[in-house]
Amino acid sequence: MSLENSTLVRLNNAGFKQNDKWLVEGVSLTVEKGKIVTLIGPNGSGKSTTAKIALGIYKNIEGTVEKYTNKVGYVPQKISIDWTLPLRVYDFMLLTEDIKDEAIDEALTLTGVMHLKNKNLGNLSGGEFQRVLIARAISKKPELLVLDEPVQGVDYTGEIALYELIKKISDTLNCGILLISHDLHTVMTATDHVVCLNGHVCCSGTPMDVARNNEYKTLFGEQASQILTVYEHKHDHVHSDEGQIKKN
Amino acid sequence: MLDDFFVRALIAGIGVALVTGPLGCFVVWRRLSYFGDTLSHSALLGVTMAYSFELNIALSVFIISSVIALILIQLQKKTNLPGDALLGLLAHSSLAVGLVVIGFLTFIRFDIMGLLFGDILAVTTNDIFIIWTGGAVILIVLKLIWKPLFASTVNYELAEAEGLNPDRAKAIFTILMAAVIAISIKMVGLLLITGMLIIPAAMARNISDSPQKMVIFSVIGGLLSVLLGLFSSLEFNTSSGPSIIMAALVLFILSLLNIKQSIKLKN
Repeated sequence: MSLENSTLVRLNNAGFKQNDKWLVEGVSLTVEKGKIVTLIGPNGSGKSTTAKIALGIYKNIEGTVEKYTNKVGYVPQKISIDWTLPLRVYDFMLLTEDIKDEAIDEALTLTGVMHLKNKNLGNLSGGEFQRVLIARAISKKPELLVLDEPVQGVDYTGEIALYELIKKISDTLNCGILLISHDLHTVMTATDHVVCLNGHVCCSGTPMDVARNNEYKTLFGEQASQILTVYEHKHDHVHSDEGQIKKN
Repeated sequence: MLDDFFVRALIAGIGVALVTGPLGCFVVWRRLSYFGDTLSHSALLGVTMAYSFELNIALSVFIISSVIALILIQLQKKTNLPGDALLGLLAHSSLAVGLVVIGFLTFIRFDIMGLLFGDILAVTTNDIFIIWTGGAVILIVLKLIWKPLFASTVNYELAEAEGLNPDRAKAIFTILMAAVIAISIKMVGLLLITGMLIIPAAMARNISDSPQKMVIFSVIGGLLSVLLGLFSSLEFNTSSGPSIIMAALVLFILSLLNIKQSIKLKN
């Protein structure tokens, strides 16, 4: 497979300005089939904005977006659904595409909310709704999956299971995933490429590269590199003093 | 008992109810009731245009309402005024212009009450033809844009992100609103058209747990309202529009009883 064929979406120096204020600028990244790209950064650093640029929700952007697929699944960070609509989980699953019942059941089972299929969407808890959102996005069997803090409000054990599920989906469907996450541990273990944002790209690369970057340490503090230390220690037997990472 | 005019009114009314049912659901879901009011108030201007230039009333109303809708969209883009202020501005100024123009048209005898509140005596075979063909076109187009329109009603960004083109669906829906007002003006009258859109849909919301059910109940509610309203209009010699809307109100109140019962059952 050539590089061009596996590219799903590519941002070239992209940025978005609202009311004369840059929400994010100068972002270049590529999401390829079967790869997980993660955006990290503090609040207001432009993570969700970057995702929306990639999805084509924002129209008047700087730079360019090349999108090579229309099969997209999206889990937004914030979703305001008007409860004047009588909407069951089942109706919500069919929102943007007519999917077969088996595919709906499969997705709901994978995210552990099959028992809620005929419940009214307005009566779900935050964590349950989040699982339904993920189920809806994956049931379409998309080529590109954009997940904006997909496990917010989900209990701790569920969180781990859902991240494992996301990794599995990326492997089995061979889809590309653009993930926004606060959980640095997950980011560092399950991601192919990390982009660290702070209004612009402050650093990017493999989880290792980013964790060693000084700007990253300034943004997230020494603790953030500790996470990686633990991880490295467990898997690569690299030891460190005072939180610093020794290269092999 | 069933005079010829009454059969015509029944057929026309059934046609109107079949269209306002599904459209009314979207008016409720998308919170467009004031938008509906604005378009129907501007319809008076459309009616005066029809008399002035000897045009078909439905066509003239459709054109004027569409123009008002376009002006509204432009004003929304170019001013910082809130949406409801713009709607009020357009509703009342177009109503005022319409009434002033009527004042000038002294050579034509106007049945203002019939225009405002509907007049079943005035329904002609030609009106029935317009209602049923226009209504069929509206329903077919609505069916075609259903997916993107519904998805963007639930969440605009999901619809946009997953490639459904919600802006186009919204623009088409605006035109459908103008069209439904154009075909229902003779039956319901321009002051009460929004009621015909909202009340059966609101009634349906009270007794539905899925969007499909709400559309079906809204259509049934609209049909019952038309039948009850027209029979009482004939019986008590009242205007057709208010009679139909009152029938819809009664159904709405009955649907509230249903809610109370289900709350009791839950407790």
